[in-house]
Amino acid sequence: MSVRSVFPQLEQLLPRVSKPIQYVGGELGAVVKDWDATTVRWALMYPDAYEVGLPNQGVQILYEVLNEQDDVLAERTYAVWPDLEALMKENGVPAFTVDAHRPVKAFDVLGLSFATELGYTNMLSALDLAGIPMDSADRGDDDPIVLAGGHASFNPEPIADFIDAAVLGDGEEAVLEITGIIREWKAEGRPGGRDELLLRLARTESIYVPRFYDVDYLPDGRIQRVVPNRPDVPFRVAKRTTMDLDAWPYPKKPLVPLAETVHERYAVEIFRGCTRGCRFCQAGMITRPVRERSITTVGQMVKEGLEFSGFNEVGLLSLSSADHSEIGDMCSGLAEQYADTNVSLSLPSTRVDAFNIDLAQELSRNGRRTGLTFAPEGGSERIRKVINKMVTEEDLIRTVVTAYSNGWRQVKLYFMCGLPTETDEDVLQIGRMAHEVIKAGRIAAGTKDIRCTVSIGGFVPKPHTPFQWAPMERPEVIDARLQMLKQEINSDRGLGRAIGYRYHDGEPSLIEGLLSRGDRRVGAVIRRAWEKGGRFDGWSEHFSYARWVEACAEVLPGFGVDLDWYTTRERQHSEVLPWDHLDSGLDKDWLWQDWQDSMSEFEQDDCRWTPCFDCGVCPSMDTEIQIGPTGKKLLPLTPVNSLRISA
Amino acid sequence: MAKNQPVGGQAPIVQRIRIRYAKRGPLRFTSHRDFARAFERALRRAAAPIAFSQGFTPHPKISYASAAPTGVGSEAEYLEIGLQAEVDPEQLRVALDAALSPGLDVLEAVVAGPGSLADRIDASRWRLELPSVGPAEAEAAVKAFRELDEVLVERMTKQGRRSFDARQAVTLIAVTEQSAGPSEADGAPCAIIDLVVRQVTPAVRPDDVLSGLRVAAGLEPPVPPRVTRLAQGTLTAQGEIADPLDADRASALPG
Repeated sequence: MSVRSVFPQLEQLLPRVSKPIQYVGGELGAVVKDWDATTVRWALMYPDAYEVGLPNQGVQILYEVLNEQDDVLAERTYAVWPDLEALMKENGVPAFTVDAHRPVKAFDVLGLSFATELGYTNMLSALDLAGIPMDSADRGDDDPIVLAGGHASFNPEPIADFIDAAVLGDGEEAVLEITGIIREWKAEGRPGGRDELLLRLARTESIYVPRFYDVDYLPDGRIQRVVPNRPDVPFRVAKRTTMDLDAWPYPKKPLVPLAETVHERYAVEIFRGCTRGCRFCQAGMITRPVRERSITTVGQMVKEGLEFSGFNEVGLLSLSSADHSEIGDMCSGLAEQYADTNVSLSLPSTRVDAFNIDLAQELSRNGRRTGLTFAPEGGSERIRKVINKMVTEEDLIRTVVTAYSNGWRQVKLYFMCGLPTETDEDVLQIGRMAHEVIKAGRIAAGTKDIRCTVSIGGFVPKPHTPFQWAPMERPEVIDARLQMLKQEINSDRGLGRAIGYRYHDGEPSLIEGLLSRGDRRVGAVIRRAWEKGGRFDGWSEHFSYARWVEACAEVLPGFGVDLDWYTTRERQHSEVLPWDHLDSGLDKDWLWQDWQDSMSEFEQDDCRWTPCFDCGVCPSMDTEIQIGPTGKKLLPLTPVNSLRISA
Repeated sequence: MAKNQPVGGQAPIVQRIRIRYAKRGPLRFTSHRDFARAFERALRRAAAPIAFSQGFTPHPKISYASAAPTGVGSEAEYLEIGLQAEVDPEQLRVALDAALSPGLDVLEAVVAGPGSLADRIDASRWRLELPSVGPAEAEAAVKAFRELDEVLVERMTKQGRRSFDARQAVTLIAVTEQSAGPSEADGAPCAIIDLVVRQVTPAVRPDDVLSGLRVAAGLEPPVPPRVTRLAQGTLTAQGEIADPLDADRASALPG
């Protein structure tokens, strides 16, 4: 059965919506295949606006990996803005992919990548527009398998009603294995229908199918246990780890959009995983161990990625890029290679030390100095010990002063508010630190013309981190602290004038906290919030705290719990957490010990440079740290500026 | 391409090339800004020896003639680029066309002769497809429009809502006999209007003329009309549009 493009219907709506280009596809790197010539078909969704979703690395990688298979077709879909959503509903145009505008419902799999839980309502909009039943239980053999991935899928319980399956961890190999299972099941004539297919997925022991697990609750609302409801599925579902990143050099053909997006650059992941051990950082905990991509592969990817895309910016991405064992040679090699071009190179700077400035200097040696970013995360030395961000105030001042004396005029500092054990004093110290930075910076730079921006994010405790037991601070306390900090910064007008201050209110963080650590009962809240119009919850102009509070008040009392129970309540060691049956490799006792260490302000080292401290990941996942140095260089250089057109 | 040029600046322009390009099909929804970014990437992909402006933030030397509105297709968009090395225009055309998404098509490239491109463009020819509008209904509206000396229409501009005449700038408006596009396949009528409009200030765009048809004769197409710019150039005494690249081709001929 072939599938028709919905573009003729969509086309008539596009003149009436904002930025129609985001819905038409046509990107460089996009692939359109003959529907009938393929056997397994994936619709990949990033559940946020196109401008945010298109640059997403995860989707681009899986899109390319899948489309490299001859009999597999992968297309992309993104959340549509409310203006188009209303027109689509009014005119009966179903959810579509941007590549060939095929209806999402026609695909075998709808794979959603959840970088954040705030995309959950957009998933419901997409299912609704696609004509796919919202509840997994109501879907038939003609509906796609709705599959969740991305960091949020390490606790997919709040969306357990809506998804059919979830994959934890790296996707490159998982999507191929799932494809293989579907291919085989189809070839056999789809025995046992949808249920059999889901069972085959669950039997891999690394694909979670929520419907095969029952959750029992205690009278006080806590979970009693989560157990399989059929004999042939595993008690625990393990995460995926792609080893040897050199074998997976994606994206090779990055998607280059016509529409303006949040990042217009060729991004290459220089390593995956992080063992710095920041206790708030879910990404660092769930992506262990560290696996480096070699300097030579990175060099090759950058060269080919730029030639393919025409981008003039390269981002060397990872959770802490300066930690790559050959970052120095990598930066100087690339800087050399692109010295006579307009290509700019960037490193997301987070580590607070002078080495980072050397790298930044190397990368910007013939270009402009825009700004440097450091992330001390906590204002006081005490709170930095709690979160295991080992930076002293002297380190920070010294680093920033080095930046100013090397010609940088603008430095950005990232902090969090609402951290466990935080007091007003911890937050006020952010202001004093900023004052010291400006004072010392003015002396070092020999000019008053320097700036520092203080940017504050709200702390959200996440599953599979030592802070998974932590109580959240109430939004009104957060907001009061943020106001106090503002006054502190401006208490010295001369210094305050040089300091920019950006922050987010406490309310969105509390809802993110509900969705992050929620259980299956939170699904009813998500549904209610969506019914009340909840969309694009990651966007302040669309997010409504009142809507979520109302949805909680309408739904949760029926379960004997409430919003506070999920967010500001501290969990105990004995409590069964909603994600305990999902295995990130981290030993729960180790996490608990790290949580206790945090309370006693005890710091934990990095296992790349100290002996293993038994977090549990490598032995349970059969993985190992993969780092250099390889000793190789980016030489010999090939001139990249040779003209391909001549007279 | 070099960024760290000695004081005194960028390599000089040694050749100027004028290009005609099309925005077709779904990619007619590309805005002018979107196209400009894509074209700069295409220059890099094709490794074209584009010249840069002087100064601390050098910009590639590209200048655009009046761009068609977002959502309007075009067979006749024009731009001019300055190069720091001479190239074969046809080779450049092929390379740029390959470097852009299908639907953004580079159709012609000629070495610029004397005179400015902008001076050779003072009118456009447009094709308006009106699905679900019968030829007779369109004919009546066009006739009513033609018979008026002035048709006031309104449009939101940066200065707010303003009212202006959409009639005077129109030198030709007629329902064509041409067979219609794809929508004829399903039996629905689709009137096609041939339109020539002079460049004036404020600009009269095809949607202003469509507003004019509503004002003059109450014509309200039930589905959004599909508009394509067919040509740009100088309006001749005969009411035709002269190809703005003709002069460049003539000056490129030997002798």
